[in-house]
Amino acid sequence: MISFRGRSIVSIRDMSQDDLTKVVETADLVKRGELSGFLNGKTVATLFFEPSTRTRLSFESAVFKSGGSVFGIANPKASSQSKGESFADSIRTVSGYCDVMVIRHPVEGAARMASELSGTPVVNAGDGANQHPTQTFLDLFTIKESLGRLDNLKIGMMGDLKYGRTVHSLTDALAMFNNELIFISPPSLKMPEHILKELDDANIRYRTISDLEEAGKCDLDILYVTRIQKERFGDPQEYEKVAGVYRITQDTINMLGKDIRVMHPLPRVDEIAEEVDSMPNAIYFTQAHNGIPTRQALLGLVTGGLN
Amino acid sequence: MTRAYKVYSIENGTVIDHIPTPLALIVIRILGLENEGIMTIGIGFNSEKHPRGKDILKIENRELSYEETDKIALIAPDATINIIKNGEVSEKRQITLPSEVRDILTCPNPNCATNKLGARKHFLLENRDTVTYRCVYCERATVVNADMLASK
Repeated sequence: MISFRGRSIVSIRDMSQDDLTKVVETADLVKRGELSGFLNGKTVATLFFEPSTRTRLSFESAVFKSGGSVFGIANPKASSQSKGESFADSIRTVSGYCDVMVIRHPVEGAARMASELSGTPVVNAGDGANQHPTQTFLDLFTIKESLGRLDNLKIGMMGDLKYGRTVHSLTDALAMFNNELIFISPPSLKMPEHILKELDDANIRYRTISDLEEAGKCDLDILYVTRIQKERFGDPQEYEKVAGVYRITQDTINMLGKDIRVMHPLPRVDEIAEEVDSMPNAIYFTQAHNGIPTRQALLGLVTGGLN
Repeated sequence: MTRAYKVYSIENGTVIDHIPTPLALIVIRILGLENEGIMTIGIGFNSEKHPRGKDILKIENRELSYEETDKIALIAPDATINIIKNGEVSEKRQITLPSEVRDILTCPNPNCATNKLGARKHFLLENRDTVTYRCVYCERATVVNADMLASK
C-alpha cells in the first residue's frame, strides 16, 4: 500500500484493495470516537466550481469535527474564475493557502489536472460524469458496517446503470473484493459493455437482469438503488412506465428478502417509497451520515494527521 | 514484369511502407516531420493488404527513433519500417504500441480537461489487441481512430 500522506485522491482506479480497506477501517475508528483532533492546525480549501451543497457541507462538517479550519468557494460566479483566471492559475495559487484541497468541477479530469499542478494533496469531490471517490468510500464503509465484511456478498445495483457515476465506481471497488454483482435496469440503461468486459476479464461473477422479480430469487445482501433521470427519456410516458417498474416499496422489500439492506446515494425522488424509510432494511440515511467519518478519515490520512 | 519504382529510392534515411491510404499525411504529423527536410510521399499504391491502397513515406537523412516508429503503430499497426544506410536496408524494424502517449492523441470527450481546461494530452494503453487507449484525465477508453490523431 502506498502511504496516504501527501497523496491526492482522484479516482478509484488509483486505489488498491489495501487502500480501500485502510480508508474503511480508519473511518470506522473515527466513527467510534477513537480518533479525534487529527486536523488540528490544518487548513482545508473546498473549491466547488459547480454547486453541490450536500457534498460541500459534508466535507466542511468533516473538517470542523476533526479540529481543522476550512475556507473555499461554493459558487464559481463569486470567484476569480469569473474574471477569466485560468483553472490552472487558481489551483497553483490556492495550493499555497492550504494543507489539502477538495475540488468539485463539472469538467472530467479537472481533479487529476489539479493534482498535477498543486503542491498539496487534492481530493476529488466529483469531476463531471467521471469520478467521485469519497462517495464510493462511504458506500464501502456502510456495507462493511452493516454486514461486517466487504467480500463474498451478493450486491444488486438498480436504476440508471448506464450513466450513473456512483454505480460505475462502486462496481470497480466491489470487484476488488470478490463479490457477486447483479445489475437490474431497463435495457436502455444497462451497465456499459466496457465495464462488463472488465468484470469478465477479472473473472467477477455478475448477472444483468431487467426484471426486479428476478432479483427476488438472487438472495441479495444489498440492493443499491439509483435514480432514473427523466431527461434520459425522450418520451415522458416511457419514463413513467420505467420509473414505476423500478420502485421499491414495503412489498418489494418483502419479495427481495427480509434481511436485505437498501442503499441509495441520495437525493432520492420516488424510486424508494417513504414507507420504506422506517424499515430496518433502509440504511440510506445512515449511508449519507457515514460521509462525515469517511471524509474525516480520508482528510486525516492525506494530511498526515492520521497514519 | 519489371517493377516500376514510382517513388525514388533513398541513400540514407527511413522508409515506412504499408501505411493504409490516406494516412501518410497523418503519420507525418504525428511524427512532427513537417519541417524536417526532404521527404517523398507516395499515396494510393495498389496493395493486397489494404483494399483502399497503401501509402509510402521515405524520409531522407533521418533515422527514426524507436519511440517515433512505435507511434506509427497507433494508426498503422501493419506498417513496415526499413532503416536505409548507404543505399542498403540496414534494419527492418518491428513496431509495437507505446504504453504511454503524450500530446499526440486528442480525447474525443468534449468535456475532458484536455479539451476544456488545457490539460496536456496523455493516454495509457488499455488493450493492445483492439488498440484501445485510456485518457489519463477523463478516464474514458477509446479505440484509436484517425480523428483522434488528425486534429490538433
